[in-house]
Amino acid sequence: MAVKARHKRFILIAVGLVLLGLAAMLILNAFKSNMVFFYTPTQVVNGEAPKGTGFRVGGLVLAGSLKRLDDGLTVRFEITDTAKTIPVIYKGILPDLFKEGKGVVAQGKVDADGLFAASEVLAKHDENYMPPEAAEALKRAKEQGSASLELSK
Amino acid sequence: MHINWFKYSSPQTFYPLAGKMIPWFAWLAVVFAIAGLYIGFAIAPTDFQQGEAYRIIFLHVPAAWMSMVIYIVMAGWAALGLVLNARLSAMMAQALAPTGAIFTFIALVTGSLWGKPMWGTWWVWDARLTSELILLFLYLGFIALQSSIDDARRADRAGALLALVGVVNVPIIYFSVKWWNTLHQGSTISMGAAPKMVTTMLTGMLLMALAFWMYTIAVALMRVRCIILERERSAEWVKQLSGADL
Repeated sequence: MAVKARHKRFILIAVGLVLLGLAAMLILNAFKSNMVFFYTPTQVVNGEAPKGTGFRVGGLVLAGSLKRLDDGLTVRFEITDTAKTIPVIYKGILPDLFKEGKGVVAQGKVDADGLFAASEVLAKHDENYMPPEAAEALKRAKEQGSASLELSK
Repeated sequence: MHINWFKYSSPQTFYPLAGKMIPWFAWLAVVFAIAGLYIGFAIAPTDFQQGEAYRIIFLHVPAAWMSMVIYIVMAGWAALGLVLNARLSAMMAQALAPTGAIFTFIALVTGSLWGKPMWGTWWVWDARLTSELILLFLYLGFIALQSSIDDARRADRAGALLALVGVVNVPIIYFSVKWWNTLHQGSTISMGAAPKMVTTMLTGMLLMALAFWMYTIAVALMRVRCIILERERSAEWVKQLSGADL
């Protein structure tokens, strides 16, 4: 049976796309370590973050760790991934969403005192959207022990 | 009822059909947009952490969805044109590209406007933002490549090849927030999981997405009609249509 020209073209395109997808997967896999936007505190403690140059640390602002120094501009806080924490010092304006217990990404490098001296602090928020009352109710339910309450179910 | 689809793959029969469909989709777009904007800006509640500023989501997310969906549809038409050697398919791909580019641009700009007050920055080079920017360049590249080649059929083939190669970028955009750690948060709406958003917000967003869909179809049909006339200008039916006996 003769293969029609258009069938041939279809097979050619399909095979081409599959090969392209595979190539893209391999390339992305090879670049994996360069694709990280931030390192977790655990990675930093384990020495996986680049040394000497700046990098970003991401995690949650440890509750109760935020302190404003006497100059009124410099803040100190700790970034945690609940396993390890990194102490951070930052002089500048914090984003509105910066809060204890919320997500944060700080760029900077480790200084001589072992502190992470941040040059930029960004807030990272989660993908949940709800009215304050619902958030309040969720929080209360969590405190009462029913931890896995999900929205709009 | 049996419909002969191939009949409509001829530009001559598709041209009047597209003309009849345009007002329907255009009006649906208007209705959905009014409903979506009303629910989004008047009914949906304030967000617990972002306050009122989150409302840009009603433009940002549907635009970002469209930027990816249109690319896949465009590449699909381009592939069909390549396989079947069908002129109209290639014209559809060509007609979709500018709308896709516009939605990509809107997604990037609204995201930037949203990022400044919430994250504290207009732009970061994280995987989500970077791959979406690449998508814009793919659209612009497709448009540029197509219009740089004079011979329409050769332009179609070159454009189709670029469109197909660029398809790999779409899953990268979609899964970027899952595969790598990014500043951009994860997906609120994803397949196989309950939406992490209250129902009124979700309704507003889905209505806006529907409005963008309808708008895209209407505009793509308008554009494809122009492309048909331009490319088939030497055909007898086009000459009769224009009334000019050249």
